[in-house]
Amino acid sequence: MASHYLSLFVRAVFVENLALAFFLGMCSYLAVSKRVKTAIGLGIAVTFVLTITVPLNQLLLQRVLSEGSLTWLHPSLATVDLSFLVFLSFIGTIAALVQVVEMVIDRYAPALYAALGVFLPLIAVNCAILGGSLFMAERDYTFGESVVFGAGGGIGWLLAVVALASVREKLRYANPPAALRGLGLTFMVTGLLAICFMAFAGIQL
Amino acid sequence: MLDKQSRSALMDPLFDDNPIAKQVLGICSALAVTTLMAPSFVMCLAVTGVLVASNVSISLIRKWIPSSIRIIVQLTVISSLVIITDQLLKAYAYSVSRQLSVFVGLIITNCIIMGRAEGFAMQNGPKASFFDAVGNSVGYSLVLLFVAAFRELFGSGSLFGIRILPLVSDGGWYTPNGLMVLSPAAFFLIGGLIWALRTWKPKQIEVEPVVEIDHAVVEPAQPRQAA
Repeated sequence: MASHYLSLFVRAVFVENLALAFFLGMCSYLAVSKRVKTAIGLGIAVTFVLTITVPLNQLLLQRVLSEGSLTWLHPSLATVDLSFLVFLSFIGTIAALVQVVEMVIDRYAPALYAALGVFLPLIAVNCAILGGSLFMAERDYTFGESVVFGAGGGIGWLLAVVALASVREKLRYANPPAALRGLGLTFMVTGLLAICFMAFAGIQL
Repeated sequence: MLDKQSRSALMDPLFDDNPIAKQVLGICSALAVTTLMAPSFVMCLAVTGVLVASNVSISLIRKWIPSSIRIIVQLTVISSLVIITDQLLKAYAYSVSRQLSVFVGLIITNCIIMGRAEGFAMQNGPKASFFDAVGNSVGYSLVLLFVAAFRELFGSGSLFGIRILPLVSDGGWYTPNGLMVLSPAAFFLIGGLIWALRTWKPKQIEVEPVVEIDHAVVEPAQPRQAA
């Protein structure tokens, strides 16, 4: 059982990296990777929110949204299928949760809030978060699996964004053609990073 | 035919202010769905539909949206539109909708839609917002279809599933380029596209500010001098 979770975790971090294999959260990935410090801040925030929202949305899907899941409320609800509401309720959960997390951190961990502050509201519209929940729904993860997948996906995104930020800090000393400077070069570097992560494909634990 | 504001809202996003190459919005889907032409085309249609509808409807209700909850209001409008799109795709183009998998749902968080709602529709009337939405969708679709055409032609030797280059495995002469169907190719292609676009329109070249790294002030590299 433990090995199953470990293998899922490794797959989520390296093989099926949310940023480099599925291109999720690319907008903030490109926007915040100018400096390592901000990259780490956003990476931690993404990991944090993914670890909470994926299992939460799994519960929501299992208990409320999928067909016949409302029988715990009343047996006559067995034929109700609310799965068309998946998008709306997932994004609602995420937006609400980000708000709650922001307030809790502000109250109990002001230092962490100062570090993450700017990034937390941005996370509600980061597609890595919604993507994590949608992949969970598509692959029918159990509750335990969704915790592991959420945490793994977040850590993988963190690794990818920190790696890109460290390369970009060094790139400031480089002298590329003017038209390639900035965004163009960043895309090329991300492509090379994606090739590096492809080396992990096929790893089985 | 069009007044000046509508015209610039419509034409600017094509090349001068392209959502992908300049505004850096909506990258995720541009990279993820572009291995084949057909899904990319459907994706373009879906994004165009949602973007036009959301820009116009948010522009219509912009005076009644309190600014403190505007993100949630925008998200609700957008996700309702995406639900409609998703149901339509499932009903009439089921196989493509399977291929696009989670990326239809991810139109909700596609930054183009949020970005245009927040950046344009909240300040402008419905007519200008309509043209802005059309312009941005066309700019987005241009990049998407360009990348997809490259990847499908060189990765699988076909366009829209129609064989263009006969493959070696079918007795032809073309050996498909395996890199093209993999994710890194999308990054290289968009990087190259931005390079070409900025060579054509040098106004878009980024000027890097002097930044502080580890308390040391680092001067940006000087642009290369023409020999």
